[in-house]
Amino acid sequence: MNGQQEFFEALLDPEQPPPAGLTTWNGSDPAARFAVYRNNMVVSLIDALADTYPVTQELVGEELFRAMSRLFVSAEPPRSRVLAFYGESFPAFIEHFPPAASVPYLADVARLEILRVRAYHASDADELPTDAIAQALADADGLPKLLIGFHPSVGIVRSQYAVVSLWAAHQGVADISTVDPYAPENVLVIRPHLDVEVIRLNAGASDFVAHLLQGASLGSAAELASLAHADFDLAGILGLLIRAHAISSMKTSRRTHP
Amino acid sequence: MTAPISTVPQCCGAPACAQETNLPPRAGVGLKPEHFRQIVETWPDLGFFEVHAENYMVDGGPFHHYLTRIRERYPLSIHGVGLSIGGETPLDPAHLDKLASLIERYAPQSFSEHLAWASHGEVFLNDLLPVPYNAQTLQRVCDHIDQVQAHLKRRMLLENPATYVEFAASSMAETEFIGEVLRRTGCGLLLDVNNVYVSCINHNRDLHATIRALPLRAVGEIHLAGFAREHDADGDPLLIDSHGSPVAQAVWRLYEYALDRVGPVATLIERDNDIPPFDVLFAEAWHAEHLLRAADRKMRAQEIGA
Repeated sequence: MNGQQEFFEALLDPEQPPPAGLTTWNGSDPAARFAVYRNNMVVSLIDALADTYPVTQELVGEELFRAMSRLFVSAEPPRSRVLAFYGESFPAFIEHFPPAASVPYLADVARLEILRVRAYHASDADELPTDAIAQALADADGLPKLLIGFHPSVGIVRSQYAVVSLWAAHQGVADISTVDPYAPENVLVIRPHLDVEVIRLNAGASDFVAHLLQGASLGSAAELASLAHADFDLAGILGLLIRAHAISSMKTSRRTHP
Repeated sequence: MTAPISTVPQCCGAPACAQETNLPPRAGVGLKPEHFRQIVETWPDLGFFEVHAENYMVDGGPFHHYLTRIRERYPLSIHGVGLSIGGETPLDPAHLDKLASLIERYAPQSFSEHLAWASHGEVFLNDLLPVPYNAQTLQRVCDHIDQVQAHLKRRMLLENPATYVEFAASSMAETEFIGEVLRRTGCGLLLDVNNVYVSCINHNRDLHATIRALPLRAVGEIHLAGFAREHDADGDPLLIDSHGSPVAQAVWRLYEYALDRVGPVATLIERDNDIPPFDVLFAEAWHAEHLLRAADRKMRAQEIGA
């Protein structure tokens, strides 16, 4: 046998014959036995994707999901020994997978699902005590320059589709027949302690949070959100972030100081 | 169970090796997220828990929360599936570092890995792949184990594999190969009795002779699991190490045969697929616990008689 390279190539490509130099005690064709390894690898990785993307699987059915996953596994086998985040590029793969084109919201639902996994395993952090938040917000002069540090589990998905409603319908907390998948929705994901929470945001609020996540100060994020969304409600979203335990730190931007 | 008598040599070949393998000679189960809450609510009477190292290489969240709480009350075995000790490509130094941090954080009583390869170049294959047993593989495996033991500053256990094919390039028996690896590196043996059973059926080897030919004095832990039954191209049985069903009767019998020769050693019920309710695993663990106690009584009787 030409070492593990040949074994490896045959493992990833079902069209190839098994590597040379395999033997069996009864002289049976080693191809059938080699197929066990091929199958173990592919099936375990498809199962890993199914664990991360259960709603995605429900939306297209197990058969299409597993066929799509099989192609993904051979195109993008894991590069990390830590499988918790395997398939982070699966949403992008789905987006360009023609058989799934009739389900245009599928990729965004998948984005929400991987974000939940990210949040689940993210670093732990304490929230900023409410009195410290109140104190920072009470300083009218400093307010525009405030930089908000989020809990490490915080992430958002902004979608042209009803990602939250579709996801919620598959958790048994909403009725799928009432969901219009083509209504744009935005979502904040956070795991303040042990449970991952999925919180709906309106367009202005999600715009604001997106700017903050990119490092904008509170003043400039609020300004940008107000310009784009006439109904932007600063007090509303700040209240929501506090109630969600999303704020880990607040400090004044040095860049805006003269 | 009192006064465990360890048959594990308390030394190792790696120069800076200070840690000992000292899981209690009791039964344990693999820790599954599905069972986290029940375990911390009921604190079941078990000898230890085992986790897969790679599952806990995440920054925070429930996995670390529950493992920390559980570690406060139970001995722990950390079992790696990603080092690729049998691999032709070098060990991944970043992965070794992550392993060292995890071991430092949880101070497990045992660390173990497989006689197999699981990655090639950059790609992780998520399966335990077989190696030919010859001088070349022996050198590579020993070099890798030396590197692991030196990096982790502790002795590791090496698990015997379940395999589906053999290699024309093999020049020695699996048992002889494992014996030589242990002799050269000072690592211990994780005796997977299910793997012995699966490989013996798959390659038409003698079950009892295989157990006897393994370096039993160095067994630091035993694994028990379930297999799936298939057939090869000639219709002969081909058993798959699936970890998806209860331990088979034949494997329990082989376990008793091994216990008679090894004495009571920490024994894990492994289940990685089709995870049943915790109580099902607990009952299997207690079956092992009774056999361990019987083995302990038998060994004491022999000592008194001697």
